[in-house]
Formats: sequence, structure tokens, C-alpha cells
Amino acid sequence: MSSSGVEVPTRSGVPPVAKELGNSPRKRRRIRSVGRDLWWLILPGAAVYLYVVVVPTVQGLQAAFTDWSFATVGAPNFTGLENFTRIFTSDAGPAVFRTLQLAFVVVVLQNIIGLALALLFNGRVFGRNVLRTIVFAPMVVSSLVVGYLFKYIFGPPGVGGVNQVLAALGQDPVDFLGNPTTAMVIIIVTILWQSIGGNMVIYLAGLQGVPSELEEAAALDGAGYWKRFWYVVRPLLAPAITINLMLGLIGGLKIFDQIFALTNGGPGNQTQTIATLIYAYFSQYADYGRSAALALLLAVGIAILSIIQFSVLRRQERNS
Amino acid sequence: MKTTGLWSRFGANLTAYGSTLIFLLPVYVLINLSIRPADDLTPPVIPSSRPTFDNFITAWTTSPLPGSIVTSLIVTSISCLVVLVIGTMASYPLARSTSRLSTGTFYFFMIGLLLPFQLALIPLYIQMRDLGLLGTVWALVIVYSGVQLPFTVFLITTFLRAGVPLDYEEAAQIDGCSPLMAFWHVVVPLLRPALGTCVILNSVGVWNDFFTPLIYLSGSGQVTIPMAIFQFVGQYTTNWPLIFASLLISMVPVLTLYLLFQRYVIQGFAGGLKG
Repeated sequence: MSSSGVEVPTRSGVPPVAKELGNSPRKRRRIRSVGRDLWWLILPGAAVYLYVVVVPTVQGLQAAFTDWSFATVGAPNFTGLENFTRIFTSDAGPAVFRTLQLAFVVVVLQNIIGLALALLFNGRVFGRNVLRTIVFAPMVVSSLVVGYLFKYIFGPPGVGGVNQVLAALGQDPVDFLGNPTTAMVIIIVTILWQSIGGNMVIYLAGLQGVPSELEEAAALDGAGYWKRFWYVVRPLLAPAITINLMLGLIGGLKIFDQIFALTNGGPGNQTQTIATLIYAYFSQYADYGRSAALALLLAVGIAILSIIQFSVLRRQERNS
Repeated sequence: MKTTGLWSRFGANLTAYGSTLIFLLPVYVLINLSIRPADDLTPPVIPSSRPTFDNFITAWTTSPLPGSIVTSLIVTSISCLVVLVIGTMASYPLARSTSRLSTGTFYFFMIGLLLPFQLALIPLYIQMRDLGLLGTVWALVIVYSGVQLPFTVFLITTFLRAGVPLDYEEAAQIDGCSPLMAFWHVVVPLLRPALGTCVILNSVGVWNDFFTPLIYLSGSGQVTIPMAIFQFVGQYTTNWPLIFASLLISMVPVLTLYLLFQRYVIQGFAGGLKG
């Protein structure tokens, strides 16, 4: 077959297909606005949202810049940034730094282990649905209950489960929760045990979207398991990775229940995080202004992370 | 994968079952400890030599758990129902109207996803105190209805935009349905998958939440399950077998429902969190 006699209808320089696909204007179908007649359906939701979320949040924002406390009679005084300088000069400064550290470590480990489990359970494992159900189960249980469970397991010498095993084996006891460093490790282990199932499930859902033909083609071309994972599977998992990273970071910043159950911020305030300190300022010191200022810091951190997540997901969608 | 040999399949199975066993170890300790008498001090990994059911009976009769299960049921069902109704209602015009006001309102709701509850905590506490609702389940119902709303609106609105074509409503209106009837008889039934996801995520969240009742129910007789556990642990700090029996009792309702509906729960989490 020869194509010499066929006229190819190409204008010089411009490939014919690319133009059609690339710059076609987005079709905007003018649709009749069905919902506009029913705009009033929004009213109950908007009223509840304003009353429970918006108004108290704005009041909380204002409170962050005042000396409002339990003892305040009448209107609290405006004190500018004093709450924030007090936060960073007191034990809250290390707590803010500790919270970031905790969130970071938790997120990294969650994603490594969660992805590994997802890859494992996505393969040919006998009864993998049962295993998946078991690993996910801690996600639906109260994190306070999980905290108490691990408080016993890593309890002090003579009481805790691990220490009893160590004693039976003739080893020296370890006061896991009595030492700030090991206590942080136990807090991380507890959070991981409860939350990894969630990461795994999101990755499993992402892996379902990887076409098996693509992997088989790469295998035929001689790509080994790791090459297939890195060049074929990983790029397709990018949205799942972003979601897991961001949910983990935001959740990690807000961690409260597990620490409350395990150490309650102790020993010596060395495992306090932003969320536990917000509660301590509120309940122990009734220092509403400082509590609100700390909550404002938390809000700013979460907002920054969310904006990053949103823009990264946007870019991924545009690229794919 | 296609090229996996017998050995690598064996290895994969071994690793999978090994890691699942590690996940189960704390649960085994939990069960093993709760069925032993308090004076049995053998290491918790060794099966109890004198298993007893007494801890469960003592935990059930001396803790606030029985009442707290009822309270948790009331709080969870009412607040989930309220959120579902007002969330679905609000989502419909937000998803269907193309006006700028509607888009703006949608983003206004989405800001709520970013705000940590702690910022609204104290002003809301003062409001509830002034209304005389502190220590009652109504404070919780009101708080949850507002706090869960942005996520519910987000899920339902995106589902409506992507998954429910306008054609059905237009056909219904041509056949003489009023807009409201089209919403109720045509749109709401089509929303079932999104509503299911909302119910699962919201109810698990409310059922397990500890922070909100800690603030709004403190010092009152009415407690939710996590609060009951908190009080019980404070009372019997060292009697771990008894505490573990109470922990197990508290887990039974939610775990039963989870095992019954595990496929939907896992799908709901994976789909809902992805957004």
C-alpha cells in the first residue's frame, strides 16, 4: 500500500488533531435553573450553620485578642497580641512544635504502612476481605476506648501488659508512659493502630483504579515488581496519596482523645499538644482568651494545609 | 499480579496474616483480661486459667453504661436525622441553581470544613449556658447538627451535580410535578447512596465523639458512652479487668453494626473521605 497519491489535508506547521482537542472552548449548556424556585429549602440549614458554626467562630476570633476569663465581669478588655506572645513564651510554644512533629511522624508512618498493607491485600491473599475488615475495625471504635486499651498495655512496671511480659521473661521493666520520649512513641503507636485501616482503605480504592492491562503490559516489557509499582501504579495513586497526606496531617493536628486517655498531657506537660492545651486552658484555668488564641493558631494551620491540598488536587486533575 | 510464583504468593499470605495478627493482639489482650478475676496476675498474653463473666456483670451494674447507651442512641439518631434533613434540603438549590449567589453560599458552607470546632467552643458554651441547655442532650444535638452540616452539604451537593442528571426533574415537571414534588419524589430517592454515606460517617463520628460531651455534659447525670467510660475509668483506675469489661461492652453495639454492614461502611469511608 502506498500513500504517495493521497493528499493529506494539513496546513503547513499545524497538526490537524491537536488543535481540535487542545483549545476547544468549554461547552456551557444553558440550563433552566430548577433549584431557584426552591431557594428557601436552604433556610433551615443556613440558620443552624450560622447559629452553631459561624457566629460562635467569629466570637471566638474576637476572644482570641482579649483577656476574657472566668473572672471577667462585663465586656473583656482588648489586649492585642498579648495572648499569642504569652502562648509562645509559656509551655504552649513547645506544645505547638510538638503537635507539628507528631502530625508529621504519624502521617509518614500511616502512609508507608497503609500503602504496604493495601498492596498486600490487593494481591492474591486468601480471605483478604476478612483481613481488610479486621484491620479497618479500629476506625469505627471510640478513640478514647483505644487510648485506655493501650494505656494498660504500656502501663507502668508491675501493672502494664508489656511490663508483665518483660518481667516474666526476666527483663528490666520500662516505664513507657512515665518518660516523655517513650510516651510520645506510645501515643504514635496508638494513633497508628487505630487509623491505618482508614489509609489502607483509601489506597485500596485507588488501586482498584489501576487497570490490570497496564501492569501486565509493563510486566511483559520486563519490568519487575518495584519498577511496575514506581512507574505504573504510583502515578495513578497520586490523588489517593494527596488525600491521605492531608487528612492525616489535619487529623494529626487535632489529636485529642488518645493523648487525653494515655497521658493527659503528662508527665510534666511534656506530651501536651495544641488540642489538649486548648482544653486545659478552658477547663483548668478558665482562661478563655488564651484558649481561643490557641484555637485560632490551630485554625490557621488547618486552613494552610487545606489550601495546599486543594491546589495540589487541582493541578493533578489538570495534568491527568 | 500475573508473574507471582508460588513462593512469593506464600510470602504475601504469610505477611498479610502476620500483620493482621499484630492488629489483633491488643484485642486479644482486651478480651483475655476482661474475663479474668482481678487477682489473676499472670501476663496478659497467657489465656486466663479461671475465666469468669463477673467483670461484665459488675461493669454493667455499677457503671453508667446502660443509661449511656440509650443517651448515645438518642443523640446520634436525632442529630443524624436533623443533619440529613436540613443538609439535603440545603444542598438541592445549591447544586441546581447556577446563580452567583448560590455558588457563593456553597463556598460559605465549605469554610465550615476548615474551621476547627475548638474556635467556636467557648462562645457556644456560653450560649448553651444562657439557654439552660448545658448538661442536656439538646446541647449536643444542636452542636452536632451544625458541626456535621458542611460535610453533609459537600457530599450531597457534589453527588447531585455529578450523579443525578437534570433530565429526570425536567421530565417530572413536564408531567405536571411541582418543583417541590419533583424534589421529594424524584431527587431524594436517587440520592440514596450519598445519604447512606452521610449516615455512616456522621453516626460513627457522633457515636464516638468524646470532646463535645466532655465540654457540654460535664458534671451532669446524662452521659454518652465515651463519657461513661471516662467516668468509670476515673473511678476504678487500677482494676483493669473491670475497666476492660466496660470497654468491651461499649464496643459491642458499634462493632456489631460494623460487621453487619462492613462493605458499606468501608465503601462509605473510602468514598466519603475522598470527597
